[in-house]
Amino acid sequence: MAAQNEFKVIGTSPVRPDGVDKVTGRAEFAADQTMSNAVVGKVLRSPHAHANIKSIDLTDARALPGVYAVICGADFPEAGGGDIGGEGGGSLKDVAQNVMARGKALYHGHAVAAVAAASNEAADAALAAIKVEYEALPPVLDVVKAMEDDSPLLDDQCFTKNLPETPDKPSNIAAVMNLVRGDVDEGFAEADEIIEQEYKIPMAHQGYIEPHACCATINEEGKATVWCSTQGPFEFRQMTAGICGMKLSQVRIVSSEIGGGFGGKTVVYLEPVAVMLSKHAGRPVKMTMTREEVFRATGPTSGTVVRVKVGAKKDGTLTAATAWLAYEAGAFAGAPMGPGAMTILAPYKIDNFKISAFDVLVNKPKVAAYRAPGAPQSMHAMESALDDMARKLGMDPLDLRMVNAAEEGTTAPYGAKFPVIGLKACLEAAKKHPNYTKKLNDGVGRGVAVGFWFNVGGESSAEAHVNEDGSVTVLEANPDIGGSRASMCLMAAETLGVPYESVKTYIGDTETSGWTMVTGGSRVTFATGMAVVQACEDIIAQCKARAASTWGVDESMVEWRDGEAVPAPGANIDVEPLTLADIAGKSAKTGGPILGRAALNAQGAGPSFSVNIAEVEVDKETGRTELLGFTAVQDAGRAIHKAYVEGQLQGGAAQGIGWALNEEYIFNADGVMENAGFLDYRIPVASDLPMIDTVVIEVPNPSHPYGVRGVGETPIVAPLAAVSNAVADAVGFRIADLPLSPPKVLEAIDSRA
Amino acid sequence: MATVIFPDFLWPLTGGLKDTEVGGERYRDLVEQLDSRFPGIAERLEKTAVAIDGQIHQDAYLEPLEPDSEVVFMPRIEGG
Repeated sequence: MAAQNEFKVIGTSPVRPDGVDKVTGRAEFAADQTMSNAVVGKVLRSPHAHANIKSIDLTDARALPGVYAVICGADFPEAGGGDIGGEGGGSLKDVAQNVMARGKALYHGHAVAAVAAASNEAADAALAAIKVEYEALPPVLDVVKAMEDDSPLLDDQCFTKNLPETPDKPSNIAAVMNLVRGDVDEGFAEADEIIEQEYKIPMAHQGYIEPHACCATINEEGKATVWCSTQGPFEFRQMTAGICGMKLSQVRIVSSEIGGGFGGKTVVYLEPVAVMLSKHAGRPVKMTMTREEVFRATGPTSGTVVRVKVGAKKDGTLTAATAWLAYEAGAFAGAPMGPGAMTILAPYKIDNFKISAFDVLVNKPKVAAYRAPGAPQSMHAMESALDDMARKLGMDPLDLRMVNAAEEGTTAPYGAKFPVIGLKACLEAAKKHPNYTKKLNDGVGRGVAVGFWFNVGGESSAEAHVNEDGSVTVLEANPDIGGSRASMCLMAAETLGVPYESVKTYIGDTETSGWTMVTGGSRVTFATGMAVVQACEDIIAQCKARAASTWGVDESMVEWRDGEAVPAPGANIDVEPLTLADIAGKSAKTGGPILGRAALNAQGAGPSFSVNIAEVEVDKETGRTELLGFTAVQDAGRAIHKAYVEGQLQGGAAQGIGWALNEEYIFNADGVMENAGFLDYRIPVASDLPMIDTVVIEVPNPSHPYGVRGVGETPIVAPLAAVSNAVADAVGFRIADLPLSPPKVLEAIDSRA
Repeated sequence: MATVIFPDFLWPLTGGLKDTEVGGERYRDLVEQLDSRFPGIAERLEKTAVAIDGQIHQDAYLEPLEPDSEVVFMPRIEGG
């Protein structure tokens, strides 16, 4: 792997290729797709959080003028078996029933029917004419009560998975997971200090600005094309085809520009409905969710209750820990309790622990992935407990973490040994950062926390076409959420030895690109980047062969250097170098167009660690918390596009800060979300945040040609605890539950007055 | 022989066995041998990630194993 100073373009920050289109409104997002004869699709949603659907009568709605189609669950085929990958995925059957209820409505907002009509007004009239007879059932809203034996059941066919014996009674606990090492009783007996605490975090949404939208059409041969906002067009094809009873080859998914996803656009909601409506209507159908629908009926992340106990010696050595983690799955199984359990102690060497995690059904929207799914909730708990431990021991909180920090060869709680990792480098950088060493004003608190995410690799495809002027077109299929086009261009330019400006990257669809896994898991720059690099190496190999044939020499006498074919060292030939443009311009004479390609299953995604420092001031009269400063330190392996990596750190921090301070689903006793809009569900706006300082640590990942680790998810993990720890420092006591909204903080202050 | 470590979600299939040793040149050989000892585990492992000597694989099928490799099964991670 090349050292940083050997790079020409990697590590620079050129202007993003999609920027101008996005700021001028030229970029086409999902709701921008129109077809001349498209009709409007809308969804009828359950007014109950839990109810049996006794009957649905579509007759009157179908008879209304301007109505082209009215469908309900009975119009969909029985979904087959198979699982949908990823956190919040679950079984195809569950996803199908989430898309359109069959028999039971499992949360307020659950889709029960859909219409396609000539206008918004006609669609609304059709929705109003659908008659649904419900038998309301008691909603199950509290994750701990849902686990009790006498709780009402969401699904009487749900039997807890992963128990030693198959249970004979159904339960709302869909699955359990345990991680155990050593003897916790012995470990706690060795401890000089013990911290024990319960932490609650309510359900929260990714808060992407672009709502879910799609446009679907079916041609005369029965082939569906769907334009939509998706993180994974190939996964959407699989889900849409499976739910609609179609062959994969009958569905084409075209991804639009995407206005944020953060994991929330890895599963389908509207797409199968639009396809089925289009099938019945005989016209293209366009559907766009309102913001209210996005909140009520797409996948937020789990609310959690986490109970932690941790023990340490006077020198800070952790001796034992237990963790009990209950994750809300929403209406169907699939909460990210596994990653929650695996991450909670990942940064630390610890000999004795017992971690138990639970995936629990409740009458709330089915959760979906959200940036490092499960980790922010679990690590908030442990990182808060460690902060309290540091106070109790009189230790610097970063020193406490350094004493126990995992390093290469440490066995992670999930059993795997860490490869080379950058946790200690992050801790060292944080410890000497001016934002950590500066003296704080009275009343201001500082908090630190560590974050971790595994990062993943997986399957990716890429092509690189050399145009006749030597410019290069890269084609891949990962919707560009975080600046991946720029990163692909940089890696292609670096590999080929050509200017960044001569490379353009385009995102293909399911029929113009090779199979590529979802944009998620912090995998794109790593895995698809690896495919792009290999495609460019394919081009170099071809160019060397063509130069050799042009010069009439053996290929071994040709070397590729700085974008040119040149004689290899020791080759005694008198020729002028051939640039990529020279070779491409005469490609017809040497074998035809030059096209490089690669398809791979990338292995060796490097884990990523972060350390965050938060600085807050709390108004003790109102409970309002003002964030005065925030510093995000993270190991990126290698920052391909420096500014984009910094942007990922800042974006993740902003979301984590919002989650810590304000964001929460507020349900009433009937299970109705009471704040389904951005006015009441308050994500941070620019004026809420200080400049988020970043420090990009580069401990290269040896499994990637340029050392890349994923960077997209780790940034959201540490802010929850960093902010919470800063508030604890400011007010002088722990407020264990999030969000630390003014009413909650004020209540906590008043209760101690 | 590679050392194989089973997480709790595989214990119902291994009869509670938490670790074992298995030979084989590649991961697929190891899975075949495990399935002959613990019928049905191969199907479950299709949906399971594996760390071989610390490197996490979502699909390890052809990955080579060393005589002293450590093979740890774990839930698949996909992320957001």
